[in-house]
Amino acid sequence: MKRRFNILMLPKHFLLWLYAFVSLAPLSIMILNSFRTTQQMAKDPLGLPEGLNMGSYQKAWVTASFETYFVNSLFVTISSVFLGTAVSLLAAYVFARSKRKVFVWLEGLFLSGLLLPVFLAILPIFYLFDALGLISNLGGLILVYAALSIPFSSFILAAFFRQLPIELEEAARIDGAGHFRTFFFVLLPLVRPAIATVVVFRFVPIWNDFFYPLMLMRDRASYTLPVGLTRFFGEYQTDWATLFAGLTIATIPLVILFLVASKQLVAGLTAGMSK
Amino acid sequence: MKTRVKSHAQMPFRVGMLFVLPALLLFSIFILYPLATALSYSFFSWKGTLQGPFVGFDNYVTIFTRAPFDEALPNAFSHNLLLFAGAMIFQNSVGLGIAVALHKIGRLKRLFQTMFAMPYLVSPLVVGYLWSLLLSPLFGPVNATLKAVGLGDFAHPWLGDPNTAIWAIVFITAWQWIGFPMLLYGAALGGIPEEVTEAAEIDGASGSKRFRLITLPLLLPALGTVSILTFIGAMEAFPIPFAVGGSTGSPAGATDVMALLFYRTAFESGDVGSIGNSSALAMVLFLFIFVGAVALRIALARGERKLYG
Repeated sequence: MKRRFNILMLPKHFLLWLYAFVSLAPLSIMILNSFRTTQQMAKDPLGLPEGLNMGSYQKAWVTASFETYFVNSLFVTISSVFLGTAVSLLAAYVFARSKRKVFVWLEGLFLSGLLLPVFLAILPIFYLFDALGLISNLGGLILVYAALSIPFSSFILAAFFRQLPIELEEAARIDGAGHFRTFFFVLLPLVRPAIATVVVFRFVPIWNDFFYPLMLMRDRASYTLPVGLTRFFGEYQTDWATLFAGLTIATIPLVILFLVASKQLVAGLTAGMSK
Repeated sequence: MKTRVKSHAQMPFRVGMLFVLPALLLFSIFILYPLATALSYSFFSWKGTLQGPFVGFDNYVTIFTRAPFDEALPNAFSHNLLLFAGAMIFQNSVGLGIAVALHKIGRLKRLFQTMFAMPYLVSPLVVGYLWSLLLSPLFGPVNATLKAVGLGDFAHPWLGDPNTAIWAIVFITAWQWIGFPMLLYGAALGGIPEEVTEAAEIDGASGSKRFRLITLPLLLPALGTVSILTFIGAMEAFPIPFAVGGSTGSPAGATDVMALLFYRTAFESGDVGSIGNSSALAMVLFLFIFVGAVALRIALARGERKLYG
């Protein structure tokens, strides 16, 4: 069927651009207003910035401790994505290559974590952390996030391992490589695309998560960005310029991620569907 | 295509166990153990952090019959249902419409998809705070826009009025979530072979008939998956209501949801029985989400069987 441009397509394009406006206007206002002062916003709520005034960013970053929150968030997110992906890779390899009952059963157990609202079991984690002295400890939060990554990551990675021809491993075996060498030097390089999907796709919810650190990180020095934001919104209530700058800081890493890895993100989103 | 594993000799049990162990440990400590423990917490009486005797379903009776739960629970729960209904209506009208419109748009598709999916990737907490500023009665841009286009009579303290606050949250949630269904619907539409729609066209089926009889049935699996995930998301709603109405669901509980009620009971109530009560709340919500998701899945499988014979 030929796709010709005709007059009937005009309303379609108009509606799509209209929704693009609905979708992006709030985020644009957030960024634009972060360059304006609170007085300017009060005088003219819909005005544009008069220049790249970075004063609010400086205030949010330094005075409102966003530097600490940002570094904490980055550290926690990167570490837990790394740890979660590493343990999921090892497990996924076994799920794909062994037919033993116990592993089939374990794979099912991990998978069930995709549908269950496991966050509701926060209270025992809180007391466990309390007993181990892990409250306000970023390392504890990293372990929790790594565990929460296992259902999705092992599911995606196992599916990918299954597509690899087993002959590769047999060839490596004949050449004298053991299980560990085969895994690290033959298979790992081959599953890189799946690793990319898993890493990108786990980064977003962990970066955004608010529930766990709200309850487990009680000391200001251990706040991640979302928890820092709640404190910040109480303290800077009327300082709109700084609030907008803070919100923008929390969003920038995701926008960058989306721009450089939109392919992996869409792959991850649609992968959930084949389940 | 699955590759057949030829024999167990491929991977000795010991090696397999060694590879699975780190994941199993993490999963057991931070997912299995807390779930089992939360369940047991809910069956005991508590004095602060001291575990008392086994009391059966007493905590469950408390959260359904005693104040403040007898009013707070149905109130919060009804808001979760509203969030689900709102998102379903929005994504299956606007979201589906956009996905269909984008399907054959050609060059601009990727650009539009990126623009529409943007809110979905932003942190829900950021989205909640952002909208609370946008909807502010003081100098919020939404009311300012209404005034600028001559609709000043509609300017309203959206989040301060108990009658509109929950609707604002329903809208904010749906606005953010819609990028996800849109992408999935788009992927499902892309999977429908062109020959099928073309054959129907040659047979003289009109555009609306083609959509109803071909596109929609083939979209059903995606619709089902999205509905289940929307259900789970709506029942778990937390960051947006927290950002907009705080942990108490202000104004006057108008924006309260189940997860907020759980949070308050567990961490802010100061009640001596809070561990038992909040654990019972968590288990009820857990069971409801689990049963709801499974029921939706079964209903969906039935629907598909009926359609495809």
